[in-house]
Amino acid sequence: MTHIDLHDSSAVVIIGSGAGGGTLAHELTRRGIKVVLLEAGKRQSTETFSQVPGEAFAQLTWLDARTQSGNWGVARDFPSLPVWHCKTVGGTTVHWTASAPRLQPWELRARTIYGNVAGASLIDWPISYEELEKYYEIAERRLGVTRRNGVPGLPASNNFKVMYAGAKKLGYKQVHTGHMAINSRAFDGRGLCIQQGFCVQGCKMGAKWSTLYTEIPRAESTGNLDLRVESTATKIEHGADGRINAVVYRDSQGKEQRQRARLVCVAGNAIETARLLLLSASSKFPQGLGNSDGQLGRNYCHQITGFVWGIFDKPVYSWRGATLAGVVEDEVINDPRRGFAGGYRLELLTLDLPTFPLVGLSYGWGRDFASIVESYRNIAGMFINGEDMPRSDNRITLNSAVRDVYGLPVANVHVDEHANDQAMRKHAQGQMSRMYDAIGAKRIVLGPTPPATHNLCIARMSSDPRDGVTNAWGQTHDIKNLFISDGSVLSTPGAANPTLTIVALVLRQAEYISQQMKARSV
Amino acid sequence: MDDLFNLNRRELLKTTTGLLTGLVVAGGPLAPLARGRAWAVDLIALTSAEGAELMAVARTIAPHDKLDDAAYAMVIQAIDSDASKDPSAQKMFKEGLAALGSEFTASMEDDRVAALKKVESSAFFQVMRLKTVQVLYSTPMAYAYFGYQGEAFSKGGYLLRGFNDLRWLPEVPPQDGGPMPVSS
Repeated sequence: MTHIDLHDSSAVVIIGSGAGGGTLAHELTRRGIKVVLLEAGKRQSTETFSQVPGEAFAQLTWLDARTQSGNWGVARDFPSLPVWHCKTVGGTTVHWTASAPRLQPWELRARTIYGNVAGASLIDWPISYEELEKYYEIAERRLGVTRRNGVPGLPASNNFKVMYAGAKKLGYKQVHTGHMAINSRAFDGRGLCIQQGFCVQGCKMGAKWSTLYTEIPRAESTGNLDLRVESTATKIEHGADGRINAVVYRDSQGKEQRQRARLVCVAGNAIETARLLLLSASSKFPQGLGNSDGQLGRNYCHQITGFVWGIFDKPVYSWRGATLAGVVEDEVINDPRRGFAGGYRLELLTLDLPTFPLVGLSYGWGRDFASIVESYRNIAGMFINGEDMPRSDNRITLNSAVRDVYGLPVANVHVDEHANDQAMRKHAQGQMSRMYDAIGAKRIVLGPTPPATHNLCIARMSSDPRDGVTNAWGQTHDIKNLFISDGSVLSTPGAANPTLTIVALVLRQAEYISQQMKARSV
Repeated sequence: MDDLFNLNRRELLKTTTGLLTGLVVAGGPLAPLARGRAWAVDLIALTSAEGAELMAVARTIAPHDKLDDAAYAMVIQAIDSDASKDPSAQKMFKEGLAALGSEFTASMEDDRVAALKKVESSAFFQVMRLKTVQVLYSTPMAYAYFGYQGEAFSKGGYLLRGFNDLRWLPEVPPQDGGPMPVSS
């Protein structure tokens, strides 16, 4: 185990070990840069992942308190869990369902393409798709994404057969088992998908890409990584010159530590990223770090979701097989005739029996509620992943009324849905209902909006510092040696599940950081 | 299961305040799972009458007529356990049950639904609903009853055990699916 001294001011400190932080740690350490990687959670492995859904949820999920407000359904249906992401080494790549599509070129120009949408704070990305494309290609090879670079698709499951038949009845053309970061054949020292269905509980085969057993061990093998688990960052400090020089954190014993740093990258899955930068307010930066224009925490996006379940008179056994291996991509277009801007993906979905009535169904009880669960084996499922509208007041703030174990204010998540979001969800749930109806569903059930799993845009990249928090490399406009390395930097969410884009951006960021360090610009 | 339904070697705890017992329905989904035909759950915070009333509440919230009482008993045991650790929770459950009245347990379903609708906004009912849904569908009895097979890693996944055995719809063309990685 590599040890980096607390007083070593040459270290890069990365906070968070998921898709962003874990990949960045590998990219920097393999270039010879010493990295301290702080991870708030514990380290699990394919051996320790629980196969009991409730236990797995408790083992992997970030369960520290948050509050929420706004008109979105999550505030009503899941008041104590506005977002659902991980607190463990590997971050949310441990429980993700591994859908790895690219953004479309036009999605990086949302403001230009959609025009001036009232009540939204759209911007164009400061980088073009052409600039991003090269990194998408590297990311897809790194993750072993199916249907790219000659990697075969995953075989069709029962649940996908239902989706496929319905989609074809409606005339959809781009329907397949998805661009998945799941091995359809053995790859990169990891086994192939055995269709066990427990993607969200942590893939015991290691067939699904996770930084836990890819990027992080590789970073460790360079001898340049000091991974500190159960280490929760509480403050980022700076000197009189305004440059970051240390990260304060609580170690596994709850003891306060201070790691000196040359450069800091924050990758805490947006909510904690915003919270940490806000908690780091100082006399020089009274609104928090990177927040001189008041943009930090704003424009929070989470991508539109919404379940539709089709109940048939014959069994589907939807739980057998990769959870999300199926997609319809025809609706990833911007067609104002549908009544909204932006696109959405129709994605396959199944939930295990314990989770299905808790997360997949709207609040209910009694005969009708029970009758849906009674049909469990005959239920096919899908949901959407769609672009939501950034809004300045949809934001992460500190809630001083609720404190964590260290007495620090927790994050509040505020979301008021835009009419565009609601129109998109309605359209999508209508299309999914028509798909199931076209192949003879006995009953169609619309589910709630689950806790957000894609937390984005709260430190977005912008050409104009007044529109965002970071530049085209995720470097804060205010502080040269402070970077953001997670979904927070997406300028707009688009309709692609974000992990591949986060990885691509971090690959690009790592090159930039390395160059800047060599040039002594940071 | 062994911890909960172990009548054969069960010793009553000194702290026992009540007892829920039942018989596994012969041939029911639980039958292959049970050690003996009879089961029992010790209650350590609630009385037997309260346990029976909670059972009626849980069966009204999530009515699956053919699902054995033993599955619902695990809900009651979880609530009893919560009540034993937290005096305020115990008070809430006892008061909530008292408010429903002693006739609730034996009344017809329509009447039970009406009684619960009146208290739907109470913390008592909301905790009961959540706990019932959380615990009931996680039980081995529910897995068996609903035909849910649960984890499959230990059995080699569903790759060769039916993940694509649906035959009442057309097969997906190879270009939109993918090859089986191993021959079946």
